[in-house]
Amino acid sequence: MIKRIALIAALLFPLSGFAAGGGAQGAYWEQPNVNLGNEASLQRGAQLFVNYCMGCHTAKYHRWMHVSEDLDIPADVVEENLIWTTDKTGKKDGVGSLMTNAMTKEYGEDVFGKQPPDLTLTARSRGPGWIYNYLRTFYVEESSPTGVNNVVLAGASMPHVLWELQGFQRPVYAEDEHGGKHIESFELVQEGSMSPDEFDRAMNDLVNFMVYLGEPARMDRTAIGGWVLLFLVVFLGFAYVLKKEYWKDVH
Amino acid sequence: MGKVLAWVDDRFPLTKMMREHLTEYYAPKNFNFWYYFGSLALLVLVLQIVTGIFLTMHYQPSAEEAFASVEYIMRDVEWGWLIRYMHSTGASMFFIVIYLHMFRALLYGSYKKPRELIWIFGVLILLVLMGEAFMGYLLPWGQMSFWGAQVIISLFSTIPWIGPDLAQWIRGDYVISGATLNRFFALHVIAMPLILLGLVVAHILALHEVGSNNPDGVEIKKNKDESGKPKDGIPFHPYYTVKDLVGIAVFLIVFFTIVFFMPTMGGYFIEPPNFKPADPLSTPAHIAPVWYFTPFYSILRSVPSMYGSAFPGVIAMGLSIVLLFFLPWLDRVENNPVKSTRYRSIWHKLLLASFVVALFVLGWLGTQPVTELNKILGRTFTVVYFGFFVGLYLVSRFEKTKPVPERVTH
Repeated sequence: MIKRIALIAALLFPLSGFAAGGGAQGAYWEQPNVNLGNEASLQRGAQLFVNYCMGCHTAKYHRWMHVSEDLDIPADVVEENLIWTTDKTGKKDGVGSLMTNAMTKEYGEDVFGKQPPDLTLTARSRGPGWIYNYLRTFYVEESSPTGVNNVVLAGASMPHVLWELQGFQRPVYAEDEHGGKHIESFELVQEGSMSPDEFDRAMNDLVNFMVYLGEPARMDRTAIGGWVLLFLVVFLGFAYVLKKEYWKDVH
Repeated sequence: MGKVLAWVDDRFPLTKMMREHLTEYYAPKNFNFWYYFGSLALLVLVLQIVTGIFLTMHYQPSAEEAFASVEYIMRDVEWGWLIRYMHSTGASMFFIVIYLHMFRALLYGSYKKPRELIWIFGVLILLVLMGEAFMGYLLPWGQMSFWGAQVIISLFSTIPWIGPDLAQWIRGDYVISGATLNRFFALHVIAMPLILLGLVVAHILALHEVGSNNPDGVEIKKNKDESGKPKDGIPFHPYYTVKDLVGIAVFLIVFFTIVFFMPTMGGYFIEPPNFKPADPLSTPAHIAPVWYFTPFYSILRSVPSMYGSAFPGVIAMGLSIVLLFFLPWLDRVENNPVKSTRYRSIWHKLLLASFVVALFVLGWLGTQPVTELNKILGRTFTVVYFGFFVGLYLVSRFEKTKPVPERVTH
């Protein structure tokens, strides 16, 4: 019977492994290191998210109080440093409010052609790899209205908001045997305030935070899961012994 | 205690029912691995109802609020994420359990006379479950919820003459909208579960009337001792209640491993595009139904359109399930009363194996975009799928079976 259970498990398990997002992957593509146990990284990510993303994007399904509790940032620090919105009467929002911003839908549509999407669940719909590489692969393209283009999302209407940190880069093309050109790597044409390694680490922090934002329950579900499974294994042991005892007299 | 029981028994057949269905319901003693899935299906049904009730307390069935209310459950409701993951995992596990339960019936001929009605109730349960799952999948109001429903409901519009009106009547609108969401919510939480429960009761009553089949396909009621008890039978309680407890423990370990460690099952149980709110103006590049529908979706896609209508594909998809109802008669019992695959010919074993392979290949194809190769594979295995039913009709007429033992082998 154990063999059969193992067989069923073996049949079910290959079901996993349906990569979220995907997109054009080249030599420049790198996978971020997602680790929700790294609280400092999550805090740095939150700071970057508020400073660089939330001017235009919202995270309207999540509340500040959860950021405060889950990332161990005192509520007053969150209110003073992360929240920049007010309610309708002009009173500053507190930690109980949702993570919105001040940009109206009309303004967003006017400026970008389309309201910048909400980012609460982007890590779940696109995957962390997509976000990480999207943020790292803005490159100079003079003909584009924003002056830049993106490898992962060609024709993105988002400007290179992280230019201050990363600087500006140009793609280096390589030719394959069929004569097709594809992007091999990037070279900096203008330096930012961070070195390329520092920038990658910062983007990793930001992605880490967005993974948290996508599924806050991930912070503790695996730890709880361990205890639940431990209980069930013990329960299985008792159930098995009980079954053995009852079935002694069945011949 | 005894007095209270006597008082109740004078007014309600409590002890009588306990005896009939548990302590004096004699089940064959040779049940194997495949016999766990009946009680597990019941367990998943209860889990879905209980988690569903708690979700209903916080979910908002409106186009404006639905998506946000699911995220509210995931973030703001205490343990809401656990309840939601149990419900979404439970949906997929329900189909896994039911498919394995049905495979058991195919393996040991449990659909054959005198158990035709049990089988028919079972196929009805599968149909209702499919409706239940389909309507439930619209409720989170994500991109796949919306576009999946759009694709499936538009199937009805391919029916000649009445199609477009019928599709509009189902949606309650010209497109999938808040009106559709509201009625699907009503059907998902009230109508379908009520029908499901009724069918499950009928399924079990029919089973207890004729008695359980077993891996040898021997009728244990043919061999009774002096007191009228089947010699190869044991009371369901306590023997199978304690045995099923072991099955439940193993099942829950698998179930909670998914819930806690891989709740989206790599995109198979919860699809990544469903984390974007429904947007009628942006069609996802690739619309794939959830895995449990993909074999049937593949059959739909594999049948070519005729006169510019996809109706033949819809008929084939419908037929792929409707044919199951006729299984007790397609497998000709007058020519071949042998039930268990153990004592049937190699041809029957090959047929059954090809049917399982076809389901897996079609299931995988349904998650993939259509390519030239996939189209050929899809058509080939659609033929294999239907070939099972035709083959069973032919093989059961002429097949050379092995002698079936008098008593069960244990």
